Amino acid sequence: MATTTERATATEADGRTDPRLAVQLLRLGDDALVLGQRLCQWITRAPTIEEDLALSNIALDLVGQARQLLTLVGRLDGTGRDEDDLAFARTDREFTNALLTELPNGDFAATVARQLVYTHYAVAYYGALGGCADPELAAFGQRAAKETAFHRLHADTWTERLGLGTAESARRMQEGLDHVWAYTAELFDEDDLLRDLAAAGTAPSPAPLRPGWERSTTEVITRAGLTVPSPRWRARGGRAGLHTEEFASLVAELQSVRRQFPGGTW
Amino acid sequence: MSAAEPAATAADGEDELTARFEALVGAGEAVEPRDWMPDGYRRMVLRQLAQHAHSEIIGMQPEGAWLTRAPSLHRKSVLIAKVQDEAGHGLYLYSAAETLGVDRADLLDALHQGRQRASATFDHPALTWADTGTIAWLTDGAAVINQAPLCRTSYGPYARAMRRVCQEEAFHVRQGYDLLRALCEGTPEQKAMAQDAVDRWWLPAVALMFGPPDTEAGGADARTAAVGAAVSRRAMAWGIKRHTNDELRARFVDSCVPQAERLGLTLPDPAIRWNEERGHYDFTPVDWDVYRRALGEDTHWARQRVAHRRAAHEDGAWVREAAAAYAARTPDGDGAAGQDAGAHGHGQERGQHRTEVRA
Repeated sequence: MATTTERATATEADGRTDPRLAVQLLRLGDDALVLGQRLCQWITRAPTIEEDLALSNIALDLVGQARQLLTLVGRLDGTGRDEDDLAFARTDREFTNALLTELPNGDFAATVARQLVYTHYAVAYYGALGGCADPELAAFGQRAAKETAFHRLHADTWTERLGLGTAESARRMQEGLDHVWAYTAELFDEDDLLRDLAAAGTAPSPAPLRPGWERSTTEVITRAGLTVPSPRWRARGGRAGLHTEEFASLVAELQSVRRQFPGGTW
Repeated sequence: MSAAEPAATAADGEDELTARFEALVGAGEAVEPRDWMPDGYRRMVLRQLAQHAHSEIIGMQPEGAWLTRAPSLHRKSVLIAKVQDEAGHGLYLYSAAETLGVDRADLLDALHQGRQRASATFDHPALTWADTGTIAWLTDGAAVINQAPLCRTSYGPYARAMRRVCQEEAFHVRQGYDLLRALCEGTPEQKAMAQDAVDRWWLPAVALMFGPPDTEAGGADARTAAVGAAVSRRAMAWGIKRHTNDELRARFVDSCVPQAERLGLTLPDPAIRWNEERGHYDFTPVDWDVYRRALGEDTHWARQRVAHRRAAHEDGAWVREAAAAYAARTPDGDGAAGQDAGAHGHGQERGQHRTEVRA
């Protein structure tokens, strides 16, 4: 029976690799990085100064989560790449974020809707990750769940304010939910890799978290006087690197300075 | 004679209050919102506070434009945190201004409609990544020199806001310097980018962050210096300012020259040289010609900064209305979102002035 100390080595810098875990952590890291990048686009454009502050705070947490995850990925996949190699030297086809996180911001309600569905998922997933075998990864999961719970509170609060605010804000909030809903299923997709990781206790599968997510988002949406959408289609492709057309310009912008100065130090 | 009595009494009362006020300020005591204060003092503090708050908010833009392009995740985090700090500074300062009986919504209106201005420093474009480091190093560096004395300014809420602001600004200067150091130690192309940014931001920082020349030594002609000195004297007598613009400017140059030397960058002023006798660096005086040249008033960017702010404000109007409507109907209140969500146009005092530069 492996002791905790022996297990701890999976993510420590002792040269041991786990390319399959790296694949899953890259998905999570890309989700955080790409959503953080989208939120950066809001800063100086928010409806109030308080929201410039709140959105930059959330973006900062997301970039921080991405940095930790991408660092682990470079260690676990055996390539020795650092966080910046992964963020700035991959092509857009190599990003494996869910399409939800790359959706253009739209109006404030669309952003709140995207935040609502993502944060309810992320708190649940990171919470589950907090129970995984590797202590470093578990500690990351616990910390990320705690941070994301604040982002969830922000999204819940705004969903309610907009849903119960004015006729216009309720209409926009409903449209925001209707728009993002088809992109939520991808967050819970399970493949062989996730089944294996979950069976080994290495990382959880998101699939079993879906009913809880449905309950908690439905509760907020109902409290806000809005309707849970029932889309007739669902998006897929992000995990396989098949993105929206808008994604290429997001990545181009992200990487532009770094690519302009080959061999640069930053 | 008798007809003059009531007026004379009132005037005497005012004189007495003024004398007491000036004694209070003279003794280095803080003026608090409920204290009596001369109208001129109130206007001067409010004007400076509003312009300072506007500068924080407008100042988010040139750097904010590079958030999505920061060339490492570490630099991206640092820049997000910096722009966030500026939003926070804007909030402290608008709150301090509100203690003088104005409404933030009215101050923002004045900014959006051009009745009040932010520092013209930010009417310049941030053209490259190196600009973000240069802005932090030079303009935040200038701000620290300007603002350190403001931590002891006579108006209590302003001084308290400044103590928090100053700590964060000092951190920004170090981060800006560190960003430039990385570029200067990088490829020749990176270093050239840093030099180019310093070439473009030096004049806006040295001229505009400290306001117009207000001493003859600083390069103002005798008449202008007299006017500038009178304004500065008034502000100093009231403890709002502690130094002339030109004194602070010289202090700034003294602090920048050795840092630029360490970075291996050239400050674009051939007149900069050490003056053994004075114990300070000489530099090209910021006379009115230099000052006006730095102002670049009514340029594309001067318009763009305000237009960007106005667009954000107008696009968000429906959100603020929703937050206000929600707060009004929820019994337990909901102040968090509604800070500047109120209706416009009911402030007690509207900013009438095109305030001059003092960041």
